[in-house]
Amino acid sequence: MSTSSIRTLPGLAALAAGLMGFALFLAFFVAPEAAIEGVRQRIFYIHVPIALTAYFCFGLGAWKALLLLWRGDERYDLESYVAIHQGTIFGALTLITGSIWARTSWGVWWAWDEDQLVLFLVLFLFYCAYFMLRFSLEEGPRRARSSAVYGLFGVVLIPVSFLAVRLAENLIHPTVFTRDGPQMTGVMFATFCIAWAALTLLAYVLYRVELAGKRIDANLRELREVLG
Amino acid sequence: MTAGQYVAAAYGVVFVFVLVYVAIIAAKLVRLQRETTELLALARGREAAVRRDAAPPGEAPGEA
Repeated sequence: MSTSSIRTLPGLAALAAGLMGFALFLAFFVAPEAAIEGVRQRIFYIHVPIALTAYFCFGLGAWKALLLLWRGDERYDLESYVAIHQGTIFGALTLITGSIWARTSWGVWWAWDEDQLVLFLVLFLFYCAYFMLRFSLEEGPRRARSSAVYGLFGVVLIPVSFLAVRLAENLIHPTVFTRDGPQMTGVMFATFCIAWAALTLLAYVLYRVELAGKRIDANLRELREVLG
Repeated sequence: MTAGQYVAAAYGVVFVFVLVYVAIIAAKLVRLQRETTELLALARGREAAVRRDAAPPGEAPGEA
């Protein structure tokens, strides 16, 4: 990561914080209360954008993995790993916030007969296993390639998980985005979009911060070897 | 628990996750700073040794 690229980080972090604050303000004070769901529908503004951000991170990880396999540049290995790490964090948050929403809406913390939930759990566990694979191999090109192939395979599960709720016939998980467009008011949709932008930007900032930290760490290790 | 408390819990969990993440990054920064200081001391020690070795016999280090 170049010095000029690191310099943009504080600005991006401030923008993410501002957008998050604005999204929270809209979600709690501007967006109207849903007729049936009531106040608990406000979880939607954090749960769905977090899930979409998790997909984004896994997709970014797969893209970087593809670049590694294609170009052979080892810097993509770290970028793919950090993106998948971020995706796993946001995946865990998706499961936790979804579980809280399920408890208040359906009266249960989890429903095993819901394809959307189970497929997301499968996706999450698949990427958890990525770390087991990665840390069971010695550092080097072999580990980078194996991790890249695994990360690339996982991305196939994203459309399956995303479409599951639309393909399932018997479900209680709500479908807000249909072929007729979003099933909500304009203000609700705007709130959702801003929350989504804020969380994606937050994830990107965290990705860049973690990446910079890991690169500094690697440089210091190399410097210690040179000096020591 | 009321629906409002569940909503607060959902947002609170996200907030706590971000806080924990920032705390981990802060701890890492402290470690990187400590390592940088150690390496700087090591590099300065090396530089002083090189100057001492390069100085002509009888000349005090730092006068060259």
